[in-house]
Amino acid sequence: MDLILVNLIDGLVTGLLLFMLSAGLTLIFSMMGVLNFAHASFYMLGAYFAFQISLFFGFWMGLLIAPLIVGVLGAGVERYGLRRVHQYGHVPELIFTFGLALLIEELVQFLWGKNQMPYDIPEVLQFTAFAIAGNSIPAYKIFMIFVSVGIFIALLYILTRTRVGMIIQAALSYPRTVEALGHNVPLVFMGVFGVGTALAGVAGVIAGPVLGTFPGMAFLLGSIVFVTIVIGGLGSLWGALVASLLIGWITTFAAAYNIAFADILMAIGFTMPEDLDDSALRDLWTLTLPQIGPILPYLLMVLILVLRPQGLFGKRDA
Amino acid sequence: MLKKTTTLGVTTALALVMGASASFADTIKIAFIDPLSGPFASTGTNGLHQFEFAAEKLVNEKGGVLGGEMFEIVAFDNKISPKESLIQLQVAIDQGIRFIAQGNSSGVANALTEAVEKHNKRNPDSRVLFLNYAAVDPALTNDKCNFWHFRFDANADIKMDALTDVMAKDDSIKKVYIIGQDYSFGKAVADAAVANLGAKRPDVEIVGNELHPIGKVKDFTPYARKIVASGADAVITGNWGSDMLGLGKSVIENGYTGPIYTYYAAGSGITAAFGEQGKGTIRLIAQGEINPPATQEAADMYTAYKAKYPDGNIDQSRIFNVIDMLKLAIEDAGTADDVVAVATALEGMEYDSMWGGKVFMRPNDHQAIQDMHIHAHTDEGVTFDYDNSGFGLVTEETVKMAAMDSPSTCDMKRP
Amino acid sequence: MTEQATTPTNLRAGRISTLSAAPWVIATLFLLAMPFIFQSNSAITIMNQMAITIIFALSYNMLLGQGGMLSFGHAVYMGVGGFFCVHIMNMVEDMSLPLPLPLLPIFGGLFGLGLATIVGSFSTRKAGTVFAMISLGVGELIAACSIIIVAFFGGEEGVSGDRTYGLPFFGVEFLQQIEVYYLIVFWLIVSALLMYLFSRTPVGRMANAVRDNPERAEFLGYSARWVRFYSFCASGFFAGIAGGLFAINYEILTEENLNLTQSGAILLITFLGGIGFFFGPIIGAIVFTLLQTVLSLQTELWQLYVGALFVATVMYFPGGLAGVLMMHVPAFRLGRAGHLVVPYIITLIPAIIGIFGLCALIEMIFHLRHAPLGESEMTLFWTTFDSHAVVPWLMALVITVVAFAIMRRNMPTLRAAWHRANSLEEESA
Repeated sequence: MDLILVNLIDGLVTGLLLFMLSAGLTLIFSMMGVLNFAHASFYMLGAYFAFQISLFFGFWMGLLIAPLIVGVLGAGVERYGLRRVHQYGHVPELIFTFGLALLIEELVQFLWGKNQMPYDIPEVLQFTAFAIAGNSIPAYKIFMIFVSVGIFIALLYILTRTRVGMIIQAALSYPRTVEALGHNVPLVFMGVFGVGTALAGVAGVIAGPVLGTFPGMAFLLGSIVFVTIVIGGLGSLWGALVASLLIGWITTFAAAYNIAFADILMAIGFTMPEDLDDSALRDLWTLTLPQIGPILPYLLMVLILVLRPQGLFGKRDA
Repeated sequence: MLKKTTTLGVTTALALVMGASASFADTIKIAFIDPLSGPFASTGTNGLHQFEFAAEKLVNEKGGVLGGEMFEIVAFDNKISPKESLIQLQVAIDQGIRFIAQGNSSGVANALTEAVEKHNKRNPDSRVLFLNYAAVDPALTNDKCNFWHFRFDANADIKMDALTDVMAKDDSIKKVYIIGQDYSFGKAVADAAVANLGAKRPDVEIVGNELHPIGKVKDFTPYARKIVASGADAVITGNWGSDMLGLGKSVIENGYTGPIYTYYAAGSGITAAFGEQGKGTIRLIAQGEINPPATQEAADMYTAYKAKYPDGNIDQSRIFNVIDMLKLAIEDAGTADDVVAVATALEGMEYDSMWGGKVFMRPNDHQAIQDMHIHAHTDEGVTFDYDNSGFGLVTEETVKMAAMDSPSTCDMKRP
Repeated sequence: MTEQATTPTNLRAGRISTLSAAPWVIATLFLLAMPFIFQSNSAITIMNQMAITIIFALSYNMLLGQGGMLSFGHAVYMGVGGFFCVHIMNMVEDMSLPLPLPLLPIFGGLFGLGLATIVGSFSTRKAGTVFAMISLGVGELIAACSIIIVAFFGGEEGVSGDRTYGLPFFGVEFLQQIEVYYLIVFWLIVSALLMYLFSRTPVGRMANAVRDNPERAEFLGYSARWVRFYSFCASGFFAGIAGGLFAINYEILTEENLNLTQSGAILLITFLGGIGFFFGPIIGAIVFTLLQTVLSLQTELWQLYVGALFVATVMYFPGGLAGVLMMHVPAFRLGRAGHLVVPYIITLIPAIIGIFGLCALIEMIFHLRHAPLGESEMTLFWTTFDSHAVVPWLMALVITVVAFAIMRRNMPTLRAAWHRANSLEEESA
């Protein structure tokens, strides 16, 4: 029972982290129709910038400045790259972001090298917040939860209570009408892209010390972010939140419980083959849940796309 | 028009490939086929530096072999892909190279050893030797062994044999948790751990034995929770790269204090990233003594290396053994062109390594037998640190000529 | 020039005549003659790799270029076909089945087709993002299975076989690379021709229509879904053939044949070559293979250059390399291509020098940061110099800046010439 609570907290941290990435991505998608493959690369840039800044000014300045730099870079990419490619259609746009992801990874390796960066948790947060049945919950995790929830609330406030948010929301559903009303939609696009990438940057800053800061970190998270927003429904902020938490908990619980498939197979009436080594299905018999945990989201995504192409909360087709 | 353009392009490019083949004839070339770009490039580049340095110091500065022939390391980037490795192997053979060195990834080593065997069978005029300096899948010197493959690192089974020898002496260890990456090496480590612990310490309970997907786990916290909850007093893992760092950090952060016995938790930024956190916890099994240095020669070598590569580490000291043993074998055979003679000279060679102890190239399976050391990750008593972090590996225990009599299923077929 | 970059255009309609057969005959003769020009084994190995990539890229373009379906998991069809071929190869060896090696790729194709039929049955219901995401999910699932299901995929070590144990085919045992080369070339020509002919069939034509306007195609009485499904299956078949050839050439298949990196690479290759033309992917495959095998021997930073090249292609030449070539066709038709020669020389040569200068600067920065202490000498473009001295830096910098400045200055000339060469078309017509 205690372990379930601990896993709930761990899954929440993973899910909220995922949410910070998917929130920006889903906003960008719903406005511009672009699936930004380079989104996780901005997350990586956030971590690297924050690491570099933390060397000189400490962690907190990194948390403050790095996302800003990432956001400005993101806006620049939109202004000088995407906007140009936009005229060719959606597929070249997507392919552009795909190429950008490759390029950013190469640039990061060129600038910082290929090793793990010793980017660490700030001293003030290096203590155990509390413990549940011997399982310590580091204070940093609590900090991560607060940051992500804070961002979610701020995002929700801006989108629903401010003028800018209204325009964005309107542009989500009726971009042409909004343009006809005289709003500078390209500027809104650039702003949303910048804010979305900045959010990814924040996620990178706070995830870098716990999940590692290395050139492969974007690739590791890249496709799962897509999976999240597709499951949640493209363009839906609430969908992104629900799907992020769902995936966070699924992967956490799948990793936490060693359920063997042999047990399940035997429970439903199959008998274990006598000589396992010669059986063509031997891998199925030795399979455990943690082995397939990280690919469960993909399975879920394929199922959802086949059964409900608009995702859990989406209003329109993906 | 199109055809012309492409012809031109292909012509120039292929001319480049072949142009490289027409270089010096009085050097003995060793092809280094390992990742020099991509996610594993740091390990590959570091290995290349050590090879170049070893060839320079141990052979070329001492007047070469066979009366003046120099060693030349030719680097080939295989991007850690078996397919690319096979292409680069062909390019290397075409350049007249007869010695192939590779180490990163057992998957690549497996592809290479089969390709070398097939090539040598089909082309007796241009046979090559495969000097495996780091791929530790036991199969390479057991079921999949061949006459052309030599392994200079201890394989996963031997390392586990030595590791459990040391663990067996520690009475405080009652519960062991085994965790690894879900592929052949991770499974080999787990199987060897279970078998060895069962034989040496039947009283030790294995409280967990599991595999996680390789390179796909973003957050190791759930695994760390299980390890802590199981009450284990020792963890064994064969993880490497970011999987090693992620697992190690997560386990320590979540309140585990016992030893974590690892294969690859050092160098390439990992030592620096563990830093203070890993002190007293991280243990590592490997050949070669760095701290304290085994010999004055080794200390001088390390100092010279650091002077040349301030950001580098000698984390694979066996590379120096590879170069020196190859040199001795070539001297012994009297030729560098007849690789059968060189291989025969390498078989059964006993070599005094500057990194401590002897290295014996077992003839029946071409597996090097050498001293194994359990190192601790610490900042005390460190002469040569890793990643310039102040932290390094200090030898805690030594197993002399580990697994000397271990059986091998190898059925060596000599030409 | 950049402003006029062509968007992917449809394949021009045309009947199969002696004239349209000419490129095929030339290509065949050319392929047959290649080994006499490049005799070394490594060159043949690289050409084998190229030919396999060409088939794979062409099959990918059946989806992306002709059908408008963006797939992120195409490698699995090639990989699975290849894995089955290796297993068949081993079965032939173990049971001495009478299966000559050159027929093996057919089985690869059939298994690729089988898998595509299963996956296509649910993934082709929608195009666009849904299709792309299902392909990503399925690709990731099968790639993950390759590590888990060791019995079939052999884990990360993969499955290997030996091609020489099959029956000798008219006395050929496929011991040497050159024999494999001709086998691969045979299949390359056959599959390229079949894929070309497929694009001319009603289904191939309808694939274009469905790509451009699915609703209208539906109104014309065609099921967009079934058209997509047939294209998808055909594409899976040819990818499987490429997999079979891979199995023959390398005699081993591993996890890398299935993973997302491979799927991403083929997307890159196809787009680089140009998705709007049938021969686009062929150029892409040739260029990319050369970059991968040859450039990577020259510099550690090859992926950086490839990434930059790719992004630049998407931004400035969305028609890919083939699109750039085909842009010149109108000028050639008018016989006005001559107008472009001088402007091209005065713009492109400085541009190339500028790019080389930029690369030199990048390499020098890299060398300065990563070279061992005390080794300040570096060799670049066949010149050796001291990377820590000021002069080479100044030289590289000046060359780069001057070259780009000349390029910029001459750009309007080129633009005007381009306009002249093409706009006269309208006046004369």
